[in-house]
Amino acid sequence: MYLDFYGLKEPPFNVTPDPHFLYFSRNHQEAYDLILYGIRHRKGFIELTGEVGSGKTTLLRAITGDLPHTGALRFLQHDNRESSKPLRIGYVPQKVEIDATSPTTVLDLFAAALARWPVWLGPRAAARGRTREALALVGAEPLMHRKLAEISIGQLQRVFLALALVPVPELLLLDEPVAGVDRAGTRLFYQTVSRMRTEFDLSILLVSHDLTAAAAVADRMILLNRTILCDGRPREVLLNPLIRDTFGFGFTPEELPPQRGPAIPFAHHGRRSAGAGEATP
Amino acid sequence: MMPLWSTLVSGLPFEWAQYAFMQNALLAVLLVTPLLALLGCLVINHQMAFLSEAIGHSTLTGLALGVLLGLREPLAAVIGFAALLGILVVLLRRHSAVSSDTAIALMMACTVSLGVVLLSRGGGFARYSRYLIGDILTISPAEIASLAALLALVLAVWLRWFNPLFFVHLNRTLAASRGLGVKRMEASFTVIVAVVVAVAMPWVGLLVINAMLILPAAAARNLAGNTRQYTLLAVTLGMASGLLGLLTSYYGNTATGATIALWASGFFALSMLLRRR
Repeated sequence: MYLDFYGLKEPPFNVTPDPHFLYFSRNHQEAYDLILYGIRHRKGFIELTGEVGSGKTTLLRAITGDLPHTGALRFLQHDNRESSKPLRIGYVPQKVEIDATSPTTVLDLFAAALARWPVWLGPRAAARGRTREALALVGAEPLMHRKLAEISIGQLQRVFLALALVPVPELLLLDEPVAGVDRAGTRLFYQTVSRMRTEFDLSILLVSHDLTAAAAVADRMILLNRTILCDGRPREVLLNPLIRDTFGFGFTPEELPPQRGPAIPFAHHGRRSAGAGEATP
Repeated sequence: MMPLWSTLVSGLPFEWAQYAFMQNALLAVLLVTPLLALLGCLVINHQMAFLSEAIGHSTLTGLALGVLLGLREPLAAVIGFAALLGILVVLLRRHSAVSSDTAIALMMACTVSLGVVLLSRGGGFARYSRYLIGDILTISPAEIASLAALLALVLAVWLRWFNPLFFVHLNRTLAASRGLGVKRMEASFTVIVAVVVAVAMPWVGLLVINAMLILPAAAARNLAGNTRQYTLLAVTLGMASGLLGLLTSYYGNTATGATIALWASGFFALSMLLRRR
């Protein structure tokens, strides 16, 4: 009856949001700007986390250009001016459903993305070479002639990581990349990401609700709940009481991996920054 | 071209090879089966088997509209309507809460009944039954030329744009992140399917055209180890079914389109038995 009373066309509270109610709010915009700031200044490996419905996907879609928003994504050059070219993004998707009967091989996937020579005539030597090189980066050359439908999810995600690295991107976007991957596979995945990062000097934005998996390798963690709740080094964010408020469970210092690297000075006012020692200027 | 072809075929030591209609039909079959099989590979990759079925059925309404408008050649109306319907389904899929198979089933029911109602006014539907079961034995050299042109066109598109068409089905966001126009690719592919189905429909018959589109590729999927084998096997199986179907329909005096579809079903069953793993 509240439908009539309020003049609504459908019940306003659903578990899954209707996509046409997704919009880019001021808070999203603010969070987006902040993340852009981080990416522009090449602040390394950022993990974006938060509950279901906290706006992770909305932000991600804004970055890939699916949602309208203000502010273009560009890198700062050394002279501190924005580069004129749009950012080259390497994207690793969430678990991709592969039809069990699909004959598509790993090589077919790469050849279709990298070369113009049609895959149905058989990939040429150049495409094979580039595929082998890319797969070698993530230690997946033996998978080259396997079908996508035959390999494990962990292997598949490493293949997609290798694909995202050719051509070498400026920003690597990881969208829940280890959903459905077992523990060993997850560790291997993040080790590989971490190695690629130092090798290619990548900015990485990881979107994940898995709090601890990437904590050992990420430089910075941003806790999102429609706006940025908490931002800092992973260990500090994870020890912040806000984590318990948001997720209903917390961590003790002993459970967490030691902090890697120096503190990140991060200039932003009016937001709660994690870690008392990391006062914002 | 045609005289050369008839001399070539009539050199074969068979009775059927001496008839002009069989020479024409043979050439038409050898053009239309690889065309449909090539398309079928991507239709299955894109999980559009049901959509292509609906497009096939919608050609009946296109035909009816063409006849109503008094067009002497209703083919243009058929192609236009099929392409329109294809795009409508793509849009419905993207923008509505109706699940895509429900949306397609709805469209199929509407267009088929509308087509039958329009064409059966005054009790004259029998004249159009050739569109249902196909009539490849009456194909003329000019119509064969249009099939050949279509095959050449599809081959050209397959040489230039196969990779992006192939890539978009894997993951839309991934394709978009690599700078591919996902919507444009999806729409173009649907239009290509609509055009080919509309042009081939009078010869193959709308009841079995989807079988010839899907079955060779589905059989090849069971046997192929990569995309090249998949495509080449599908084309080979499609042409083999076409050839065997044409000849058995000649000797058994049956409808050619359906006989070809039966052979394709046979190959599919065989591929299930031979399937690896």
